Amino acid sequence: MTPEDRTSARGRTAPRRGRRAARLRLVVSHVLLVLVAALFAAPLVYALATSLKPPDEVFTRPPTLVGSELRFENYVEAFRFAPFGRYFFNSFLVAIIGTTVVVIASSLSGFAFARLRFRGRELLFVLFLGTLMVPQEVLIVPMYWLMQTLGWVDSYQALILPWAFTAFGTFLLRQFFLTVPAELVDSARVDGAGPFTVFFRIMLPLARPALAVLAMFTFIAYWGSFLWPLIVIDNIDVKGTVPLGLSSFMSQQGTQWHLMMAAAILAMVPSVLLVVLLQKNLVRGLLTTGFGGR
Amino acid sequence: MIFLGPSLIGLALFTLFPTVMALVMSLFNWPVFGNRTFHGLDNYTRLLGDPVFRQVVLNTCLFVVLYVPVNLVVSLGLAAWVSPRIKGRQGFRILFFIPVMTPVVANAVVWRFMYQTGGLLDSLSQSVLGSPAPNFVGSSATAMLAIVAMSVWQGFGYNFLVFSTAIDQVPRELLEAAAIDGASGRQRFWRVTLPMITPSIFFATTLTLITSFQVFAQPFLLTKGGPGNATATMVLFVYNEGWRFLHMGLAAAAGWVLFVIIMGITAIQFLGQKRWVHYDT
Repeated sequence: MTPEDRTSARGRTAPRRGRRAARLRLVVSHVLLVLVAALFAAPLVYALATSLKPPDEVFTRPPTLVGSELRFENYVEAFRFAPFGRYFFNSFLVAIIGTTVVVIASSLSGFAFARLRFRGRELLFVLFLGTLMVPQEVLIVPMYWLMQTLGWVDSYQALILPWAFTAFGTFLLRQFFLTVPAELVDSARVDGAGPFTVFFRIMLPLARPALAVLAMFTFIAYWGSFLWPLIVIDNIDVKGTVPLGLSSFMSQQGTQWHLMMAAAILAMVPSVLLVVLLQKNLVRGLLTTGFGGR
Repeated sequence: MIFLGPSLIGLALFTLFPTVMALVMSLFNWPVFGNRTFHGLDNYTRLLGDPVFRQVVLNTCLFVVLYVPVNLVVSLGLAAWVSPRIKGRQGFRILFFIPVMTPVVANAVVWRFMYQTGGLLDSLSQSVLGSPAPNFVGSSATAMLAIVAMSVWQGFGYNFLVFSTAIDQVPRELLEAAAIDGASGRQRFWRVTLPMITPSIFFATTLTLITSFQVFAQPFLLTKGGPGNATATMVLFVYNEGWRFLHMGLAAAAGWVLFVIIMGITAIQFLGQKRWVHYDT
């Protein structure tokens, strides 16, 4: 499985040959990996290529990468074919407001669990974490009933609020706040700073990297969310998000593959940008996505 | 308390309360419109006797049994392969992580197109093998496999990153010591690296199991659960009962059954971890 070199073991007897063999193996390893990566990327490349083809060249045999022309108009046409402008607006609105709420609520409670002393703190924290166990499938049925009762079906707040209070953000930021040296907080307290000053003047500025990671992963979770919008939004043309729009476009315009690929590629752009932007911080957000999936 | 207020109220209203309500609703005949009547455990006994429900449970288990091992083997294998000596390592991490983050609907639309008659796979098969590819999503023999393939493509980047990070944290001295003692690359992987990263393997297995039981979007978008009910999963069942047939009580009960299954599997995982997970790093 691992094309590791064995030079270190054998190296003492035949250093030269062993090293050359190892280098050759490393080259082969690289080439094979590039092939794997190409295979992996093929669906995305194929989608991008199709999104730029004229409609009558979508199904060619053998498959081609580039059509007779690069039709960037497909992207414009996709927006005419279905209200994708509206979908994108809705998705951005919901994701941005949702992210804001998540970041504010979790930094407040994360700070409380990390630095404030009150009775029953540990118990309450365990209770917080316990809510993570409940999967979305259990929640959606009563949540829908709750939305009906509140008259929120087909509304932005129904898309935003039900999933804006996760224990993850709280947990993530609590862990971060715990790493802030206690002396820093204590010396501020001695200088007469209350919890609010400590929070706004010391904690939040220090937590900026953690907040950024939380914000980006939350944004992506909202951006890709499908099951809940599918349930709570009836009037897709007005309140639909991008995933909803794509899904209904697929079932209605099942033959307009070039336009569908254009829309799919556009839906992926914000996520891809954020992944590239996050780069080395991806690992820190793993927990937030792992249970996300909504 | 001002600090805790928003989260506390939010979690109580949108998580604790619905969890309890789900249990209550599952004991009622609860149509979306019209009269609700208390039913006791009727919904649960109906589920147990329902052949469709039995099938979706089996389908979900089949998906889990196919998806989880393939995902773990692919991600662990690749993570070991893309070792620190590989150039452009960060690039692989980013590339494999992209479908994890892109909307599942967008991924599914792309794969639906690949599986399409005349799509990439079919036209490749026609021009290379000279015969049309099977109707991947339309035939019961291949539909589940098509869903699993798409899911692995979409999901393994997550575990890849988990494993890749874990492998980085294996102490260098340990591997060097093993090498000096004459351990081959393969031996070093199986005897040193693998035991050292068992906590990550445990984390990844648990998480992948939990999320794979909740599979919904892939069958919904690729096959609509078909042909027949061949690829309908438990969450798809919850969705259909609740929002197509408007049986909220039954849907809530099915959701609880899924929750109990997930809790059971997770509990077994945690009980079994002592046998193979090493936390002595």
